[in-house]
Amino acid sequence: MTAVLPAERDLRRVIGDGEAIPDGEVEGLEERDLLELYRSMVLLRTYDERSVVFHRQGRIGTYAIFWNHEAMQAGSVYALEREDWIFPSYRESAIGLLRGMPVSTVLSWWRGHPAGWWNPLDYNVASICVPIGTHVPHAAGLAWGKKLRGEPACAIAYFGDGATSEGSFHEGANFAAVMRAPLILFCNNNQWAISTPLSAQTAADTLADKAVGYGVPGVRVDGTDVLAVFEATRDAVSRARAGEGPTFIEAVSYRAAPHATADDPRAYIDLERVEEEKARECLGRYEAYLRRAGVLSDELAESTRVEAAEAVRSGIAAAEAEPPADVGLLFEHAYAAPPASFAAELAELREVLDG
Amino acid sequence: MAELTLVEAINEAFHTELGRDDSVLVMGEDVGRAGGVFRATAGLRDKFGADRCVDTPLAEAGILGTAVGLCMAGWRPVCEMQYDAFSYPCLDQLITHVGRYRWRTRGGMEFPLVVRMPYGGGVRAPELHDDSPEAYYAHTPGVKVAIPSTPADAKGLLAAAIRDPDPVIVFEPKLHYRTLRGEVPAGEHVVPLGEARLAREGEDATIVAYGSMVPVAEAAADALAGEASLEVLDIRTLKPLDEDALLGSAGKTGRVVIVQEAPRTAGYGAELAAILAEKAMLDLRAPVIRVTGYDVPYPYWQIEDAYMPSVERVVAAVRRTLEF
Repeated sequence: MTAVLPAERDLRRVIGDGEAIPDGEVEGLEERDLLELYRSMVLLRTYDERSVVFHRQGRIGTYAIFWNHEAMQAGSVYALEREDWIFPSYRESAIGLLRGMPVSTVLSWWRGHPAGWWNPLDYNVASICVPIGTHVPHAAGLAWGKKLRGEPACAIAYFGDGATSEGSFHEGANFAAVMRAPLILFCNNNQWAISTPLSAQTAADTLADKAVGYGVPGVRVDGTDVLAVFEATRDAVSRARAGEGPTFIEAVSYRAAPHATADDPRAYIDLERVEEEKARECLGRYEAYLRRAGVLSDELAESTRVEAAEAVRSGIAAAEAEPPADVGLLFEHAYAAPPASFAAELAELREVLDG
Repeated sequence: MAELTLVEAINEAFHTELGRDDSVLVMGEDVGRAGGVFRATAGLRDKFGADRCVDTPLAEAGILGTAVGLCMAGWRPVCEMQYDAFSYPCLDQLITHVGRYRWRTRGGMEFPLVVRMPYGGGVRAPELHDDSPEAYYAHTPGVKVAIPSTPADAKGLLAAAIRDPDPVIVFEPKLHYRTLRGEVPAGEHVVPLGEARLAREGEDATIVAYGSMVPVAEAAADALAGEASLEVLDIRTLKPLDEDALLGSAGKTGRVVIVQEAPRTAGYGAELAAILAEKAMLDLRAPVIRVTGYDVPYPYWQIEDAYMPSVERVVAAVRRTLEF
């Protein structure tokens, strides 16, 4: 495959609209793959919608909503192998669920409980990156490091449109390109950085245009089309494994929900546009596609939803059943061998707490 | 034992450590083809290959950020920041990730990386080639900080930093890269982190210093010879601090002068003084005095000598404690 320069303008899409635009197919995807993608999206959607409720019930803390981002997450992860590394931002907080991470782990993270801090080696999923874009160099370094070791793994870094304004995005993308690191730069362009629209974020025509400056292909894909996302990521992964270096994928969607539970978007959002986007949200589109293809029945849709709801129900129960964290954890894990002062400080703290 | 300059000792540590552990790699601006602007990494690219001594893009946050990822892939990266003040972009990665990632994984992953940089003034250089930023680094949880003052310690502390399972920042006194020579053990030489060095034994007062200020402290002790017997304590590792050595010397002499090149306010010397106030009150026979740089931007080099803590300023401070 050759580099695509300059970046593509048109959004790749596979799913039609049931009317003027015909449905396409992705070569190599069988019925069970299509249903696996569906299960992933339903799990993420259920997790996300329930999390907003859990927040309102005071059962989790502030929560970054990813409603209508499920196609980007499920489609891209499905194009990876287990050995490949995922570097999520907080918008992809539950992406580990697609690698077998328990629901309770992610919920514990949003509950501020130590059980939510996983060992990335268990899932090849890096820790949730809270500051914007600063994990892009990590993904570049991991991908480069794997390549230096002669291992086939690649890495994918998820970030939003706002992150492309950050220096760390630039430094990480440039590093990866220079080192020809097997990295997928996955930009979920939902067109909002809290209240700042894309037009206030960049003067570039498209975010994929930025790829040109790094000497890497830039691809634009409909981020609410799970199959198009899968296909674009699969192409990027095969480029990476072939030693051809990084690919920048701009997946275009729309943030149809608040930035987070602490955000009130009424001050800035275009409500009419939100309603339009909600009408074409990614899970509904995919469900319609599967039904048109005769792959999804009412029964299967229902059982998939029930299964996901049960996973989230037992997840919150498990998270709430975690014993309270001991204050001794304050001093653990900061260093391999803690300094002597930690033991004294903990003893003093316990004395104060125990009265 | 061979007599080496400080920068030659650093170079020797690299050759030894890259030779004994093939997961160690060196990365930074101009470290490969040029061997570093101070030649600290000279010969590594030829000996160990371009993948083990990597010329990176000019991006300090990118260097440290990719080093985090390299650790995740099983490497032990040693990052060179070309100058003290050029390291500031990397503080973003240091504070948000380097010092936190082990904790974030609840000890599941190790981040055995090293950041090293030439630091300090007195070299007649343009602006931002002269800073002493150790306090910014030492204030960050999850990292360790070492500053050698002798060629032997420059080799031994760098080796310890490379072998340490946690992130270690090493500041090297660039003023003394080539002006200071000393005996350096050949082959593997490790100076454990967290152990101070008693540079000189004395009875009447202690001068506590690190890095570029240790020779100043020793010269002040020389200048006071015949007048008072001075102890010089080279802290060597700012974090973790050898508190026993500090309190031991303060307990012995009862008088302490702390010398630091960095600006005064919230500098590392303030931490040392605070520890003495908390734990050595009854041992002290005079107030602890700090001799430091001033709370101003590092000056034009024509007047930089007036900014730097001088032998004269240290001597005056010691006399004040002796006469208290």
